[in-house]
Amino acid sequence: MLDQTEGYMTADGRKIGGVVMDMRNITLRFGGVEAIKNISFDIREGEIRAIIGPNGAGKSSMLNVISGFYVPQEGEVWFRGSKRPPMKPYQVAQQGIARTFQNIALFEGMSVLDNVMTGRLNNMKTGLLQQALWRGAAEREEVENREICEKVIDFLEIQHIRKTPVARLPYGLKKRVELARALASEPKLLLLDEPMAGMNVEEKEDMSRFILSVNDEFGTTIALIEHDMGVVMDLSDRVVVMDYGKKIGDGTPDEVRNNQDVIDAYLGVSHD
Amino acid sequence: MFYREAGDFKTSYQEDNQTFPIKFDRYRYYAVLFVAFAVIPFMINDYWVNAIFLPFLIYSIAAIGLNILVGYTGQVSLGTGGFMAVGAYAVYKLMTAFPEVSILIHVVLAGGITAIVGMLFGLPSLRIKGFYLAVATLAAQFFLVWLFNRVPWFYNYSASGQISAPERTVAGIPVTGANTEAWAPYLVCLVFVTLSALIARNLTRGAVGRRWMAIRDMDIAAEIIGVNPLTAKLTAFGVSSFFVGIAGALFFAVYLGAVEVGEAFGINKSFLVLFMIIIGGLGSIFGSFAGAAFLVLLPVFLKNVLVGTLGWPTDLAAHLEFMIVGGLIITFLIAEPHGLAQLWRVAKEKLRLWPFPY
Repeated sequence: MLDQTEGYMTADGRKIGGVVMDMRNITLRFGGVEAIKNISFDIREGEIRAIIGPNGAGKSSMLNVISGFYVPQEGEVWFRGSKRPPMKPYQVAQQGIARTFQNIALFEGMSVLDNVMTGRLNNMKTGLLQQALWRGAAEREEVENREICEKVIDFLEIQHIRKTPVARLPYGLKKRVELARALASEPKLLLLDEPMAGMNVEEKEDMSRFILSVNDEFGTTIALIEHDMGVVMDLSDRVVVMDYGKKIGDGTPDEVRNNQDVIDAYLGVSHD
Repeated sequence: MFYREAGDFKTSYQEDNQTFPIKFDRYRYYAVLFVAFAVIPFMINDYWVNAIFLPFLIYSIAAIGLNILVGYTGQVSLGTGGFMAVGAYAVYKLMTAFPEVSILIHVVLAGGITAIVGMLFGLPSLRIKGFYLAVATLAAQFFLVWLFNRVPWFYNYSASGQISAPERTVAGIPVTGANTEAWAPYLVCLVFVTLSALIARNLTRGAVGRRWMAIRDMDIAAEIIGVNPLTAKLTAFGVSSFFVGIAGALFFAVYLGAVEVGEAFGINKSFLVLFMIIIGGLGSIFGSFAGAAFLVLLPVFLKNVLVGTLGWPTDLAAHLEFMIVGGLIITFLIAEPHGLAQLWRVAKEKLRLWPFPY
């Protein structure tokens, strides 16, 4: 099912598999504005793939295309070896793509545990009548999924706030709960939209540690958008660089760092 | 002092998931059930049943139903009166068409019919939300009342245009009609209330409830994690209308006995039930009961005080009553916007530490 032909080894010795997500010649327009211009790139199994670029480059739009929020006017999205027809965001989620948001999108009225449990909703299949009876199938399913959620909660070290309403939590913890919700669904591809925006150094270190160990322990494929270059260069295996909707660089962090177009986009070019 | 969770250890997720995790709450709940089922039926007379218990119980069911829609799923509805009318007319048609079938089954079927109608009128919720949806459900309210007024088939071509409940029995004891004992309709309603509350609680604590609340809190994020908004909203409308329909059926068949649709199920009823859940607490089963109790008891209480104790003329008291109830609602909402349920929660938090808060 997966294209296993060309994997590669990372510098730290992890084996990266075949292509999970393949974006082919994606073009996305909003009226007359071309947010994404003819971009192709792939995400391979087990890797951490970063998408970077200056503000307004179209990074978030790209993530929204992957998660089914926007349907591109041109181009094809291939997921796990087959072309994905245009689908609704919830169908994309049911395929195993989970994401977090730039500005946190948690369910404020619910407790942390309930929020994480919502990540399991795709795996909870009992019908309305069984739910109404509760005893039996519904309760069994609840407990099974609770166990998976508790593992994620342990993993991200948020046991102590399990029953706290999300609205009461500070920003950094909310970001972590959002990651927990995405992880609870055991995604095949995890999209992180600026997981470290607005965090202090300590929280960034924590978050980086979590992202690395998620990738390491569960083998989750991760695509992330981030502005902190230090973080991006340290975390990611390969980087896509976008500017004004175009792809201007693609490769390992070192390759990207030395790419003249990328340097120009970030530092500007003198017009003399 | 007695209200403690210290030492009350949970060793399984089942135990952690139960409705009343604290022992004291659990015992109090059993005590309330015992009193309601085994003590009150022997003590009440017609006045208590008709002035307090029946309206309280029936409005509780309606409030639970509306709370599922408004409080748990965040879809504002002003069509409660209309949906109650659907329940009432459904049970009337069923009672007269199949007299040999038990009234209890008719009431549940009436709930089912209302659920279908509710889902139909819930369809606009997929496109519009907030105030605009409220206006759309308002259309349901007026349309349904108009329909039951204008189409004679619904009231079996009776000359008055009213519907009146024929006598029906459960296990040989009349529960509808003119010859009921006080306790029989009370018990019927109590059974329905208990079951409704249990079902509502089970639905809201599991996967279905989380889908509803996810839609309520942030519908875009809900969709991104895999909640289908169509099914989530429509099940909410269905389940909500099911309860509201049962409430309407009981309101007509067991409580009033005879009904003129515009009067009994008008827009006032929609607002009354909406106020109940706002005052009681949105997104709380207990709040549904508290709100129903508040709005049923307050007028009765005021009337007894003003007319009974102070000896004021009835018409003056009736007008004052409106003003006092209105004033209390406003004060109350300013003081505690999250309703009686929130007061209750805060009280319990305090009680857990009492008398040594440190």
